[in-house]
This record gives sequence, C-alpha cells and structure tokens, in this order.
Amino acid sequence: MINHWIGKKILTFFMEVGRLWRLFILLIIATRYLFGRMDLVLKQMRVIGVNSLPLISVVSIFTGAVTAWQAVYQFNGVMPEGMTIDFLGAAVNAAILIELSPVLAGIVIAGRVGASIAAELGTMKVTEQIDALETLAIDPIRYLAGPRFVAGWTMMPVLVIYSNIIAHLGAFVVSKFLIGVSSATFFGSIQRYFSVYNVYSGLIKAFIFGGGTALIGCSIGFNTEGGAEGVGKSTIKAFVFSSAFILIADYILAMILF
Amino acid sequence: MIKINNLSKSFNGKPVLQNINLTIPDGKTMVIVGQSGCGKTVLLRSIIGLMHPDSGSILINNKDITKMSQSELFQVRLDFGMLFQGAALFDSMTVRENVGLALNEHTTLSREQISEKVDERLSMVGLDTIGDKYPSELSGGMKKRVGLARALIMDPKYVLYDEPTTGLDPIMSEQINKLIMDTHSQLDVTSIIVTHDMHSAFTVGDIIAMIVDGRVIFCGTVDEFQSSDHEYVKRFAVLQFGAS
Repeated sequence: MINHWIGKKILTFFMEVGRLWRLFILLIIATRYLFGRMDLVLKQMRVIGVNSLPLISVVSIFTGAVTAWQAVYQFNGVMPEGMTIDFLGAAVNAAILIELSPVLAGIVIAGRVGASIAAELGTMKVTEQIDALETLAIDPIRYLAGPRFVAGWTMMPVLVIYSNIIAHLGAFVVSKFLIGVSSATFFGSIQRYFSVYNVYSGLIKAFIFGGGTALIGCSIGFNTEGGAEGVGKSTIKAFVFSSAFILIADYILAMILF
Repeated sequence: MIKINNLSKSFNGKPVLQNINLTIPDGKTMVIVGQSGCGKTVLLRSIIGLMHPDSGSILINNKDITKMSQSELFQVRLDFGMLFQGAALFDSMTVRENVGLALNEHTTLSREQISEKVDERLSMVGLDTIGDKYPSELSGGMKKRVGLARALIMDPKYVLYDEPTTGLDPIMSEQINKLIMDTHSQLDVTSIIVTHDMHSAFTVGDIIAMIVDGRVIFCGTVDEFQSSDHEYVKRFAVLQFGAS
C-alpha cells in the first residue's frame, strides 16, 4: 500500500517535471512570436512588475532594517565594537545583494504573481475560456503563457534592483538613527568592500526565479481541473512549488556562483 | 462536408464514444441529441480538435484532423466557430474585445474595420448597445448571444453549438433558436448542435442523430425521427414533451 502510494507520488512528480519542460520549450519557441506582440508583454510587465512595487517596497525596507539591526547583534562579542560599525555597511550590502533581495523578492513574487497566474489561467481552464481561445485558432501558450513568462523573466531582475535600493535605505535609516553609524561610515564601508559580482549574481538569481515562477504558475494553471475547488488547489500548489523552486535553485546557484 | 468514421474515445478505460459514424453534408444543420453524459459534447469537442480520439477519423473537406499537426489544426479552425454551453467569454475583456479578438489576431484589418465588423455581428445577435460591458454584467442569454457573435466573426463555414438553450428561459431559448436559423440562412453555414432540448432540435435541425451510451442509435431527418419506431427514440421524444 505504502509502496503504491510512494510510486504514485514519484510518477506524479516526474509527470509535473515533464510538463514543465515541455511548456518551457514551447515558451522559448513562442518568444519569437512575442516580438510582434509587445502589447501583450507590456501588459503583463505592468501586472507582474509595476503592481508588485508596493509589496516589494514594504518587504525590502524592513528586510534592510532588520538585517542592519541583526548584524550589529551578531557582530557583538565576535568583533571589537569599532569594527562592527566599520563593517556594518559592507555586511548589510553583501547580504542584501547576494541573498536577501533575490530570495525574498522571489518569494513575494511567488505568492503574488505565481499564485495569481495559476488562479487566472486555472479559472480560464475550468470555464472553457482556454478552449474558446483554441477554437478561435489562438494558441493559449503563445497568447497567455508567453507574455507572462517573458514578463516574469524580465521584471524580476528589475524588481530585485529596486529591492536592493529600498533595502539599503531601510538598513541605512536603522544604522544612522538607531545604531548611531554616520552616513560616511556606512556608505564608506559599502564602497570599500563593494563587489559588482555580488550585484550580477543576485540578478542571475532573479532572472531564474522570475522565469521559473511564471513557468510554474502557467503550467499549474493550464492543468487545473475540478471547478472552483481545483482553482483553489492550483493557487496553493503554484505558491508552494514556486517557493520550493526558489529555495532549491538558490542553493544550487550558490554552489555554482560562489 | 464533415465525415466521422469509426470514432472511439474512452476516459480511464470507460468508453464514451464507440465506433461513431456520421456524415454532415455542407449547408445542413445536424442536431446531436441524447441523455446527459452520453458523449455528445465529447463528440463535438473532437470535431474541432479540442479532444483527441483513441481511434477513427474526422474528415473536414476530406482532410483528417486527427492526424494534423497543431499548426494545421489551427488553420482548419479558422473555418469553425463554436458556441460553448456557458458561452466561455473572456472575462477580462469587454464584449467588443471578445467579439473582435479573432480578427485582431488573424487579420490585418484596421481598428475601424474591426470595429465595424464587430458592430455588424453584435447587431445580428441583437446586442448592438452593450459593446463596452464586461461578461460579468450580462445575463445568461446575452452571454450566449455574445458567444455566438464571437463564433461568427471570422465568417466560419462550420458552426458548432454546445447546448445552446440549456439554462435559458423559454422566451430566450426561442430567440436563440431563431438566431441559429437566421445564422444558417444568412451565412450559409453547416451547423452541428448538441442538445437534449427536443423542441430546439425539431425547430432548427435538418438531421437528427441520437447517441445512447456512446453509440449512434438513430440518424435521419426530423420527420424520420418523429415517426421512428425505435423504442428509445420514441421514449426520449415523449418524455421531453410530456406524455402525449
């Protein structure tokens, strides 16, 4: 009985992976068609990118703030007090660029965008809107998934750059007004230890997280079954799978990039 | 002409369609009737390639769509229009955008020309004043009429209707029946209608095919259907209209 259950789960997992790969290849082919349909892509860029800015702002400012505060706490007793102040900007900068902004923005996008793509496409699937598109000789992969995939791919790095700036702002405010680090010390520390590679590595992660989240949302949405309950399940599944993908991909990328 | 040969389809080992053979001549309206769950909608969806049969062939003008690639199938679908049971309007688009979508995607018509054609089709279904409304603002009957306008926008040769009168009041059902007949006469289309509404079937149909448990048990003209001695056919018609 247990063997049967495990076997079924493994089979389902490989089926899902197979579906994702198939959709990924079809989407890569579809991007060629999308050069002529920038209106569809721009609409999704607004939905995925611009409309995510308020949430990314809130998450980023507090992430930066708590990183600065926690850094001081963790340096205490390990480093002399003066050095803590000297290294604070650099430590916060590296943590934000490499890890915090890409991963936290990725998780936010998984919740806000990945789940909403699955819900939107899932609703279209169960109400026969996707079938209706097909009867109008319009390929749903090109028309629905393509723009979302390209927008996820391209907007995520932009959101991470924005998140980097806001998170630094949060860290700076806490450092200056609550910890007592001067502006010159904070930014001087960042300047001394700044590495462009950290920025690039964060953006590579963002690029992969954004495309992966949109891909997972589309695949789960297209395979939704079972009415409103099915849409609910797909929404949760998209968030869980996207979040897991981001965390696993983050680990693999860390191994490759550093 | 649409010719269906030995079409079979099953789900999870349960046969839904078994060796279906039907011919729909050009310019005729075929009504496919039968109980709920007998396989009517599966047959309709197979005809337009939304479902792939397990075996058999579907010839549209002598070309078998079951063996076509995705791009060939999309090309064939340009000759089709389909009205879905729940209308399946795109809820993020206005009525005007819904109706004009196929023109936007497949033609090089200007915005004005598309708008003109959309107005013409909306006017044909008697809804020329609701272009800016969203599907959520429409009644069930209005949605079906918009769905029909959308199905007809590319001047199809074949129009498929999935339960066009289900869930509508008798007055609206009559209007939809009239629209189906007007569409048939004005645009000279071949129509396939799936329904269990026998009044609708007798009103709009030239040929009636009855499916029971995935098999065609009757196929003939409306007169032949009404005078059929087949026990199930007689029972189905009598129960639909009440014992008489």
